[in-house]
Amino acid sequence: MRHIISLLMENESGALSRVAGLFSARGYNIESLNVAPTEDPTMSRMTIVTSGSDEVIEQINKQLNKLVDVVTVMDLTDGDHIERELMLVKVRAAGDDREELKRMTDIFRGRVIDVTDKTYTIELTGTGHKLDRFLQAIDHSLILETVRTGASGIGRGDRILKL
Amino acid sequence: MELTGAEITIRCLQEEGVEYVFGYPGGAVLFIYDELFKQEQVKHVLVRHEQAAVHAADGYARSTDKVGVALVTSGPGVTNAVTGIATAYLDSIPLVVISGQVPTSFIGEDAFQEVDAVGITRPCVKHNFLVKDAKDIASTLKKAFYLAKSGRPGPVLVDIPKDVSNQKVEFEYPASVHIRSYNPQTNGDINQIKRAAQLLLEAKRPMVYAGGGVILSDASKQLTELVRLLGAPCTNTLMGLGGFPASDKQSLGMLGMHGTYEANMGMQNCDVLLAVGARFDDRVIGNVAHFNSVPRKIIHIDIDPASISKRVKVDVSIVGDVAHVVSDLLAVLNSSKQKPEAAALKDWWKQIAEWRGANSLTYKNSTELIKPQYVIETLHKITHGDAFVTSDVGQHQMWAAQYYKFDQPRRWINSGGLGTMGFGLPAAMGVQLAHPGATVACITGEGSIQMNIQELSTCKQYNLPIKVIALNNRYLGMVRQWQEFFHGNRYSHSYMDALPDFVKLAEAYGHVGILVEKPSDVEGALKEAFARKDDLVFLDFRTDSTENVYPMVPGGKGLSEVILAEDL
Ligand SMILES: Cc1cc2nc3c(=O)[nH]c(=O)nc-3n(C[C@H](O)[C@H](O)[C@H](O)COP(=O)(O)OP(=O)(O)OC[C@H]3O[C@@H](n4cnc5c(N)ncnc54)[C@H](O)[C@@H]3O)c2cc1C
Ligand SMILES: Cc1ncc(C[n+]2csc(CCOP(=O)(O)OP(=O)(O)O)c2C)c(N)n1
Ligand SMILES: [Mg+2]
Repeated sequence: MRHIISLLMENESGALSRVAGLFSARGYNIESLNVAPTEDPTMSRMTIVTSGSDEVIEQINKQLNKLVDVVTVMDLTDGDHIERELMLVKVRAAGDDREELKRMTDIFRGRVIDVTDKTYTIELTGTGHKLDRFLQAIDHSLILETVRTGASGIGRGDRILKL
Repeated sequence: MELTGAEITIRCLQEEGVEYVFGYPGGAVLFIYDELFKQEQVKHVLVRHEQAAVHAADGYARSTDKVGVALVTSGPGVTNAVTGIATAYLDSIPLVVISGQVPTSFIGEDAFQEVDAVGITRPCVKHNFLVKDAKDIASTLKKAFYLAKSGRPGPVLVDIPKDVSNQKVEFEYPASVHIRSYNPQTNGDINQIKRAAQLLLEAKRPMVYAGGGVILSDASKQLTELVRLLGAPCTNTLMGLGGFPASDKQSLGMLGMHGTYEANMGMQNCDVLLAVGARFDDRVIGNVAHFNSVPRKIIHIDIDPASISKRVKVDVSIVGDVAHVVSDLLAVLNSSKQKPEAAALKDWWKQIAEWRGANSLTYKNSTELIKPQYVIETLHKITHGDAFVTSDVGQHQMWAAQYYKFDQPRRWINSGGLGTMGFGLPAAMGVQLAHPGATVACITGEGSIQMNIQELSTCKQYNLPIKVIALNNRYLGMVRQWQEFFHGNRYSHSYMDALPDFVKLAEAYGHVGILVEKPSDVEGALKEAFARKDDLVFLDFRTDSTENVYPMVPGGKGLSEVILAEDL
């Protein structure tokens, strides 16, 4: 099953490689991983999307907790949560395509954030699934490049990941 | 007052009460060596290879309850140390390894003797640090010692660039240490302990399976009391030998691939299994599906939550330190009105007696050829079972584990998890230094000993009267055995040709060497060797070259699918 694991870790050099190294050394899947500092500059928050049997996911959680730089771990998929991913797509936008691309962007509640006479750059946020659907919805041959952050997640309501 | 990073490093070691540092100098650690020179409290032992420095620190740690310390230079110093670090990591041994690094301004430039020490060791340390400022040395070393020893122990590497060791800052050793992201749990959950007690009291066929965690926790006293109170059989892993006295009538000996028949059958037929500081290793439980194919309740005590339900799902998990948890379990059991099921236990012991009747550790002694098992049995007799025994890796290691009956913890020092040939002799150096008057024997093979034989020189320099017991079968015997069983007797590169004359070699290093070729000379030679209290004696026993280790559960098979000597 797909799991979204969220964790707080010390903002130390090398902390990221400990997490990445753990996944490769133990043969766990990483679908995506993102990390950035939090409001507390000594800590970073990481979201890892992974998949595996219940046993594997249990081990992943335990092994992550065991890393000395990892402060706390939460498997968001254990409860109510929100998942968002940001995607930037650069598309070839000329002639009739310009209108169609703008229309699709609006339908998906995206924004065109850069315009040239030949291209649009579209910003889109949502679940990974929604971003996939957008890419399917537009003419594939128009896509010049895409960049995605991978999912970020947060618990709903009182589910808070704190020190 | 301001001190240099190097002075601070040594001061920290003094503050930690470090008695010995095992090391080898080089450019990046020259300032630290200079400070070592200027004081006497911390003694430095100059090894002949950095791998040996780490193994010696490791042997020191295993035979005491202290943290072992090694010091190596950058680049090749660190890479040579890696095998030692990984060895300690797999067996959860507390070490602090200090490595020199190129100056901070050179890092990343492929400088002379630069390797990414933190990167190279990351997968085989509990934690590691690169210290970029001398003001962080004291707090980092404090953390390093704390991390190494607390929770599930393990090696910690501290990498110190050369300029940092020469930078002057104020020194203050922190009185205490707190790492917000690291809080190992020592006390077990009392409700889980009560559930465990209930299961054990109701068990008809209880079994205790005790591992290295008992030794690491210094909990053999508590474990022994528990086993006696339960009236249950107890088996120990290779890492747990000595945690419960082997000569006790409730001991079933070692389990696993080369475990006794009764221990493995007990594992497979018990109804409640209490696993204490043991990690259900593949060499121990064999085929997982086969192991799980019988119904039994499993209780698992371990300080590392990740060890629990990793390979085998358990029914009652208790995260905590063995000494604490077993004490609490004893208190619960002692205050309970219920007693273990006497009648059921009687039947269970009857069944066990039948398995014991298979005499799975018997071997046919010979008047022509020296049987390795006989050497170990005689060693046990001559040393009254009271020696510290280190081992290398191979058949000789298994025979040592099977035939030297360990009654005390921290007496059996071997590389179980990584299985590192070359471990035995340097580990024995650490043991002998930790226990100056004690009898220390290193059981080895002619293959393994050559992986760190240069340490005979260190032994000479520091007058370490170790007795090297080489079971010289002229084969990489453990490899040969697998080739005989599973590769159609094709002995591909497992024959040790062009062996040195070990007696002359020992003499060349300034020691005593004895060649033993006849069974009738075994006892006399051992007596002579151990009578030489002040000498290192290298005993070259020419043993039966085709002897195999039995019992054997072949890889991938279940614990009851065992090959006994008599099956062949
Ligand atoms: C050639 C060869 C053959 C081998 N054959 C066998 C064999 O037949 N039988 C066998 O048993 N082994 C054998 N081994 C060894 C095997 O590979 C493993 O190293 C060993 O079985 C592991 O022992 P253990 O389960 O006791 O775990 P250890 O590696 O000793 O781990 C200790 C466990 O205790 C926990 N722990 C640590 N400290 C504490 C504490 N304070 N409180 C609570 N828990 C703690 C740890 O988290 C860990 O889970 C062999 C090795 C070699 C090289
Ligand atoms: C460093 C290392 N290389 C290879 C091995 C694989 N190996 C395991 S046992 C063994 C043979 C050891 O030979 P010897 O020391 O003579 O012991 P014996 O089995 O003959 O008693 C080998 C090569 C190992 N464990 N460690
Ligand atoms: Mg051999």
